[in-house]
Amino acid sequence: MSGISPTDLSRRGLLAGSAATAVAVAAPVGTATAQPAKAAAIELLPVRFTVNGKERALSLDPRTTLLDALREHLQLTGTKKGCDHGQCGACTVIVDGVRINACLTLAVMHEGDAITTIEGLGTPDKLHPMQAAFVKHDGFQCGYCTPGQICSAVAVLDEIERGIPSHVQDDLTARPQATNAEMRERMSGNICRCGAYSNIAEAMADVAGAKA
Amino acid sequence: MRAFTYERAKDAVAAARAVATNPSAKFIAGGTNLLDLMKIEVEVPTHLVDVQDLGFDKIEATPEGGLRIGALVTNTNLAADALIRRDYGVLTRAIVAGASGQLRNKASTAGNLLQRTRCPYFYDTNMVCNKRKPGSGCAAIGGYSRQWGVIGISESCIATFPGDMAVAMRVLDAVIETIDGEGQSRSIPIADFHRLWGDTPERDTVLRQGELITAVTLPKPLGGRHFYEKVRDRASYAYALVSVAAVIQSDGTGRVAFGGLAPKPWRVEEADALLPRGAAAVTERAFQGATPTKDNAFKLPLATRALAAVLAEAKA
Repeated sequence: MSGISPTDLSRRGLLAGSAATAVAVAAPVGTATAQPAKAAAIELLPVRFTVNGKERALSLDPRTTLLDALREHLQLTGTKKGCDHGQCGACTVIVDGVRINACLTLAVMHEGDAITTIEGLGTPDKLHPMQAAFVKHDGFQCGYCTPGQICSAVAVLDEIERGIPSHVQDDLTARPQATNAEMRERMSGNICRCGAYSNIAEAMADVAGAKA
Repeated sequence: MRAFTYERAKDAVAAARAVATNPSAKFIAGGTNLLDLMKIEVEVPTHLVDVQDLGFDKIEATPEGGLRIGALVTNTNLAADALIRRDYGVLTRAIVAGASGQLRNKASTAGNLLQRTRCPYFYDTNMVCNKRKPGSGCAAIGGYSRQWGVIGISESCIATFPGDMAVAMRVLDAVIETIDGEGQSRSIPIADFHRLWGDTPERDTVLRQGELITAVTLPKPLGGRHFYEKVRDRASYAYALVSVAAVIQSDGTGRVAFGGLAPKPWRVEEADALLPRGAAAVTERAFQGATPTKDNAFKLPLATRALAAVLAEAKA
């Protein structure tokens, strides 16, 4: 993915190449020869963090978001880029135990952090209980939002367990319960164009019930 | 995104000095609003000073019986704090009515106060906008204005302050503490913190370049019942058309501030005094001199009804 030759202009290659740096996005077509000089002027910054338990060290243009670092530099393409503006939740990852939008944070701000992506939750042979529940309850159709939905769902159950309050809670001093209304409210930052919401809430209820 | 240099500050005064001495430098904390705007080049800082290590991440009791909230306390941690939930419920209610779980986990207390308007003409760099490009004009005036301000606006800008947290802080009479590059601190009552646009809508707050928010202080608890009623186009994850933050005492007196209507959380103390007389009396006084457009005139009766709902619940 890193060395794209001009003869290898597949759609995927083109998308990956243009997403890799903001310079490429901003440059009009036909100015490719001006790129190396421009890129050379930017001082790369070192950053170290762990991703799915593995230590990673990168040198990055400071503009690189955590999302682009994961996808384009570490080839962890499970985390998806939807809107790239924090509106859709497709890029949701878990950083130091809490879910965030990987598109709205700079990778260099995460020195020393522990990052968990969908690849770190389970594997095809050993699914995370939430992944298994999404399969069982048909919690997706096209699947593009699913990694973000699952990371978010895992973190939501943890938030409920830790007593983080929500908008649908009547009594702020009571502990929140894993009800359908709570799931729906807490998952509102994850958009699903296929409309799998009710099945996602059921998958979450299944996992929450098994935990209780 | 335009290129920038980045540093991770270890000292608050040095961080303030770094931004004070460079007019195109900015602080970054959670970054959720700043990076969004940098991607579309509405914000184009050439240097970012990351303040995450400065230690302003605690909620502590003050000698006056209130709480001092560190500037870096996340929205989630502020809303979840046991004392905030018990004594300042309006603040928890307002925070959890805003944004998404992911954003609240990253967004800081100070950053939430400094978030910029969501006026689409401000976001669209093909449009004129006095806030984005001073002197260029306002495309919202005469444009699609359903979401924008009805009071405190000007002929230069009709944008609103978009936040929820600050509306609750206005009811609580919070005070914003800052430090500058010389090490001088100052305390700014939240009533004076956000500006009315006037003919300089490019300036959202009274902060000077390089003035760093260190904390937000809440006076001692007010008691009473706490409400945050937010009316929006969807049930969750949407900006307010109108919001009402209120603390109502058992005798019917209290305080109320409105969101979604003005360049700042809108509270008129003389209107507070009319709370025992009902919602219509309060909003008539609070929105005296309002200048809605035909698209957003609905916000005024909506504010009255939202407050009426709060007062009915307070009596129940």
